[in-house]
Amino acid sequence: MSTAVDTNRFVRSEPIAALPPPNLARGPVAWVRENLFSSPLNTLLTLFVAYLLYVLIPPIVDFLFINAVWTGTDRDACRAETAGHRVGACWAFVIDKINYFTYGSYTIAERWRVNIFFAMLALGVTWLLWLKAPRRDLGAAYFFWLFPTFSYVLLTGGNLDLGGRFWLGFVAFAILLMAAFGLMAHLLKVSVKSGVAIAGGIVAVLGITLALMDFDFGLQHVPTSLWGGVLVTLLVATVGIVFSLPFGILLALGRRSRLPVVQLASVIFIEFVRGVPLITVLIMANTMLPLFLPADMTVDRLARPLIGVAFFASAYMAEVVRGGLQAMPKGQYEGAMSLGLNYPQMMVFIILPQALRIVIPGIVNTFIGLFKDTSLVSIVGIFDLIKTIEASRIDPNWAAPTISYTGYAFAAFFYFVFCFGMSRYSLGVERRLAAGQNR
Amino acid sequence: MKKAIVSIAFGLTACLVATGASAQATLNSVKQKGYLTCGSNTGLAGFGVPDAQGTWTGLDVEFCRAMSAAIFDDPTKVRFIPLAAKDRFTALQSGEVDVLSRNSTATMSRDTQLGLDFPAINYFDGQGFMVRKKLGVSSAKELNGASICTQQGTTTELNLADYFRANNMKYEVVAFATSDETFKAYDAGRCDAFTTDASGLYSERLRASAPDDHIVLPEIISKEPLGPAVRHGDNQWGDIVRWTHYAMLNAEEFGVTKANVEQMKGSDNPEIKRLLGTEGKYGEAIGLTNDWALRIIKQVGNYGESFERNVGEGSKLKIKRGQNALWTKGGLQYGIPIR
Amino acid sequence: MQTTVSQTSPPEKSILYDPKVRGAFYQVLLVLIVGYLFYMAASNAVENLQRAKIASGFGFLNNTAGFDISQTLISFSAAGSTYGDAFIVGLLNTLLVSAIGIVLATFLGFTVGIARLSKNWMVAKVAMVYVELLRNIPLLLQLLFWYIAVLGPLPQPRDSIGMGAGFFLNSRGLFMPRPLYASDAWVMGAALVIGIVGTIIFRTWAKKQQESTGRQYPLGLVTIGLVLGLPILAWLALAVVGANPISFEMPQKGTFNLRGGMQILPEFVALLVGLVTYTAAFIAEVVRAGILAVSKGQTEAAGSLGLRPGQTLRLVVVPQAMRVIIPPLTSQYLNLTKNSSLAVAIGYPDLVQVFMGTVLNQTGQAIEVVVITMGVYLTISLVTSFVMNIYNRRVAIVER
Repeated sequence: MSTAVDTNRFVRSEPIAALPPPNLARGPVAWVRENLFSSPLNTLLTLFVAYLLYVLIPPIVDFLFINAVWTGTDRDACRAETAGHRVGACWAFVIDKINYFTYGSYTIAERWRVNIFFAMLALGVTWLLWLKAPRRDLGAAYFFWLFPTFSYVLLTGGNLDLGGRFWLGFVAFAILLMAAFGLMAHLLKVSVKSGVAIAGGIVAVLGITLALMDFDFGLQHVPTSLWGGVLVTLLVATVGIVFSLPFGILLALGRRSRLPVVQLASVIFIEFVRGVPLITVLIMANTMLPLFLPADMTVDRLARPLIGVAFFASAYMAEVVRGGLQAMPKGQYEGAMSLGLNYPQMMVFIILPQALRIVIPGIVNTFIGLFKDTSLVSIVGIFDLIKTIEASRIDPNWAAPTISYTGYAFAAFFYFVFCFGMSRYSLGVERRLAAGQNR
Repeated sequence: MKKAIVSIAFGLTACLVATGASAQATLNSVKQKGYLTCGSNTGLAGFGVPDAQGTWTGLDVEFCRAMSAAIFDDPTKVRFIPLAAKDRFTALQSGEVDVLSRNSTATMSRDTQLGLDFPAINYFDGQGFMVRKKLGVSSAKELNGASICTQQGTTTELNLADYFRANNMKYEVVAFATSDETFKAYDAGRCDAFTTDASGLYSERLRASAPDDHIVLPEIISKEPLGPAVRHGDNQWGDIVRWTHYAMLNAEEFGVTKANVEQMKGSDNPEIKRLLGTEGKYGEAIGLTNDWALRIIKQVGNYGESFERNVGEGSKLKIKRGQNALWTKGGLQYGIPIR
Repeated sequence: MQTTVSQTSPPEKSILYDPKVRGAFYQVLLVLIVGYLFYMAASNAVENLQRAKIASGFGFLNNTAGFDISQTLISFSAAGSTYGDAFIVGLLNTLLVSAIGIVLATFLGFTVGIARLSKNWMVAKVAMVYVELLRNIPLLLQLLFWYIAVLGPLPQPRDSIGMGAGFFLNSRGLFMPRPLYASDAWVMGAALVIGIVGTIIFRTWAKKQQESTGRQYPLGLVTIGLVLGLPILAWLALAVVGANPISFEMPQKGTFNLRGGMQILPEFVALLVGLVTYTAAFIAEVVRAGILAVSKGQTEAAGSLGLRPGQTLRLVVVPQAMRVIIPPLTSQYLNLTKNSSLAVAIGYPDLVQVFMGTVLNQTGQAIEVVVITMGVYLTISLVTSFVMNIYNRRVAIVER
C-alpha cells in the first residue's frame, strides 16, 4: 500500500517478449497432463487412486470372470478341493437356481402365467415412460386398471367365487349410487343424465373388475405362499407404484387443501409415515393388521406387506407431487377458475397434467427408492429375490465358500440394472424438461 | 375421478381380504372349502420343508396329510401356509389356518392364555446344543464363556438364559430373527455353539457345509413336547386331530402298515377291526366315516413308518426313536385304545 | 365469486353452491370415515385381544426379561432386568450406531462429493462410480454382504490376530483393553471439562479479536493443547504423587474366546460400514449439488483475492454451499437413523431387533410394542427436524 505513490516508476514502456506457445495444447499427452498431473497434489491423488484401482479391480475381475465357474450341477464344481483350481464366483449355482430365483416355488406347469405377467408389466411401463408413445391416456387406464386386474386373475387363478348374494348386493349398491348421483345433479341443477352416466361409469369399472376376478377361467389356483423370487419383487414394486401414485396425489391435494381438517389429516399421515422406518411399518402390517380386522377375516400373508409398502410409498409420493403443485404458477389456478371450472375439473384438466409432468424425475426417483425398499419384505418372511437367495445359499448341495458372494453379486446386478436404468431415464427426462423451460 | 380411484383401491383391497371361518365349526368349513389349511414350518428338514417344486414333506406335514386323508380320502387336499415362529399362533387364532402342525411346544401358558389346544404330542423333544468337533467339547457344562447362536423370540432363548444362570456359567448370546440366519451365522463361525430343539439340531446339521464336523452334545436342557395345535373351543375338530395321531400310533402297535392294511382288514383281532372300521362306528363319532383310520394308513402310513421315512433311519437325519418309541418299546408314545 | 348486478333480483342460489357449506360437508365426511375406520379397528382389536387372551397396557415393561442381549451399554442380565431395560438397551444401541455412523458418513460423503467435482479426471470418475454403484443397490443387500465380508476372513478365537497393545481381532469381533478408572480419576475428568470450557471461551474471544483487529490465532493448536494437554498434565501430576488413575484390563485368552477387555461386535462393524458407505453416496450427491449451487463468480473472486484453491473451498464455497446442503443433509441423517433398523437382518441388537423382535414375540403385546417403537423414531425425526430448522434459520440470517 505504501508503494502506491511510487507506482509510476515501474510502468513498463515496452512489451515483454511473448512466451513460446505450449508445446502441447491438445492431444492425449496434454489431456493427461491437464487432467491427471496438473499439480503435485493432483499427481499424488492420481497415483493414489491408480494404486487403489490396482488393488481392487484385478481381484474383482478375477473373482467375477476369470476364475468363475460357469457349469456344474452341485457343490463339487465350486469347491477348490474338488475343482482343482482356485474358484471365484460360482455362476453355475445361479444358473442351477435361476428358475427358483425367478418364480419361487410357483407351480411349474403354471409358470407361463408369470411370464405373461412380466410381459404385461414391461408393456405398461414402456407405454407410460416413453414420452412419445401413442395414446398415453389409454396407457394409464391399462396400467392402473386393466393390468392389475388381469395380473390378479393370472397369478392367483381368479375365480373368487363371490356368490349370488354378493352380486345382488352389488346391483343394489349400483342402483343406489346412480340414484345418489342423479339426485345430486338435480339439486345442483346440472344435467341429471351426465350425473347418472358418471355413476354408471364407476359401477361399470368396479363391476367389470369384480366380474373378471370372480369368473372361472379354468386356471388352477396358485396360493400366494408359493410365489417367490423376482416375481414377488416386481409384484411388490408394481403394487407400490400402482397404488401410491393415485393415493399420493390425493394426499398431496389434501395437504394443499384449504379445508383445515383435510389438510391436518394429510399432514399427520404423511409426516407420520415419513418419520418411521419402513421395516416397522412392515412389522406393523404383519402383526397388527389381523388384530384390526373382524375375527372372521384374514388378510393374505403376501397382501400384508403389500398394503404396508403401498401406504409407505404414498407418503413419499405425496411430497413429490406437492413439489409439483407448488411449482405451478398462480396464474394457472386463477386462469382455470376464471374459466368457471370447479375444483375437480381444475385439478384434472389444468393443474395435475402440468404438475405431474414436471415431477416425473421425482416420481421415478421415489420409485427407485421403493424398488430398493422392496427387499425389506424379506425380513417379514416374504420370499422375494433376496429371500430366495438367502434360502438357496444354505442349500447343502451348493455348500461352497463363494456361494454367498455369488448370490449377492447376482442380486446386486439385478437391482443395479433396474435402478441405474431408471435413474438414467429420470436424468434424461429432467434434461428434456429443462430444455423446454429454457426457451 | 377421485371417487373412482378410491373405490377401485377399496375394491382391490377388499378382494385381497378373504374370509376365514372361526365362527363356524371347523370341520364343516373345511369340508365346504374342499381343502384343509395347515400351518407349517418355513423349512425344517424332516419336519416340514418344501422342495423346489413346492411339494411339502416331513413328519409334521404328513400329519396334515393324514388328516386330509381321514376327511377327504385324499392326502393332497391340504394347503400349507409356511409360518415363522412369531406368526404361528396369531395365524391359528385368526382362523388363517385350521391346524398348526409346525413343531410347536405345548406349554401351559399357550394352552390356557393363548386360547389354543394341543390335542396330541407327535414328537417328544428337548433343547440341545451343537458344537464343532474340533473344539473338543463333550458336555454342555463345558460351554462356560462360549458364544451361542439362537433364534430370538422362542422358548429356546429363555431356556438358554435359565440354563447358564442355573449352572453359574457365562456366555455371549447372538440372536437372529430366523432359524436360517441363526444357523448361517453359526456355520460361518460366528458362534461356538448353536442351540435349538434337538430334532432341529439334527435337521440343521444337514445344511452345514461339512455336517460331519459338528456334534450334538448329550445334554437336553428342557422338555419340548411338540404337537399339532388347534383353536380352543372346537372339541370335534380337536378330536379329529387327537384321533388321527392315535390311529397312527395304534396302527404301528398292531403292526398295521401302509403295505398290509388291506389284508389286515380281514384280521380277527378285534382291536384292528375297530381301528379299521370293520367293527363299531367310531369314525362317525368324530364326524368322519368309519374307515377314517384305514384311509390314513393306506395313504400315509402308521406313525412308525412316517417317523422312519422323514426323520429316522430311512432319512438323512437318522434320529433314533428314543422317547418317541412306542410305550411297548420303552418310549413315551402311547396310543389310547379305540373302543 | 359472483357479482350481483341488481339487488332486487338475486339469482336463486342453491345452498349446495356455497363453498363453505361444501367444505364443511367434505370435512365432516372425512372425519366420519376416518373416525369409523378407527372405531372399527379399535373395537376389533379389543375383541381380538380378549379372544386371544393377550394382556394389554404397558405393565409388561416391568416384567423380568429372561433373555440376554449381546451388546449392552447399560448393565443388563436375564434374571434382573426388565423388558423396559431391554427397550433402553435397544434404544442406546440404535443411537450409538446412528451417532457414529452420522459422523463417519459426513466425512466420507463430503470427501466423495468434493472428489466428484475434482479437476482430476481419475478421482472424479472413481467418485462417480462409487456413488452410482452404492446408490443403486439395496442397503439390505449391502449389509448382508458386509456381514459375510467382515465375518468370512476372520479367524476363530483360538487363532486370534494379535495387533499389539492388547488389541485382538477374531470372528467374535475386535477386542481391546478396557480402561478401569480408579477413585481419583475424577481429577482427569475435571481437567477435560476445564479444557473444553476453556476452548470454547478462547474461541469466542479469538473470534471477537479477529473481527475487530483482523488478527488470527492458532485455534487448532490451542484446542488440542487444552482438550488433550490438560488431562495429560493431570495424569502426570497424579502419577508424580504416586496415584494411578487409569489402568487397563487386557483381553485374556479363555477356553472359547478372549475374556475381559472391550469387544466390538462384528454385527456392529458390518452395520456401521454398510450404513456409512451407503449414506455417504447420498451425502456426496447433496454436497455436489450444494457446491454447484454456489455461483462461479464466487470462486473466481476468491481466486482474484489470492486465495489458494483449498482456501477457496474452505472459506468461500463450502460456507455458502452449506445453506443449500443443510436441509437435504438432515434428511440423510434421518435416513441413516431409520435405516439402522435393518440391523434386524444381521443380528445387531438395535431397537427394532430387541424390542420389536424379541420383546414383541415374548410378550405378544404387538400394539404397545409397535406404538412405542414408532413413537421413538417419530420423536427422533421431529426433534432433529426442529433442531435443524433452528440451525437453518441461523445460517440463513447470514445472507445480507
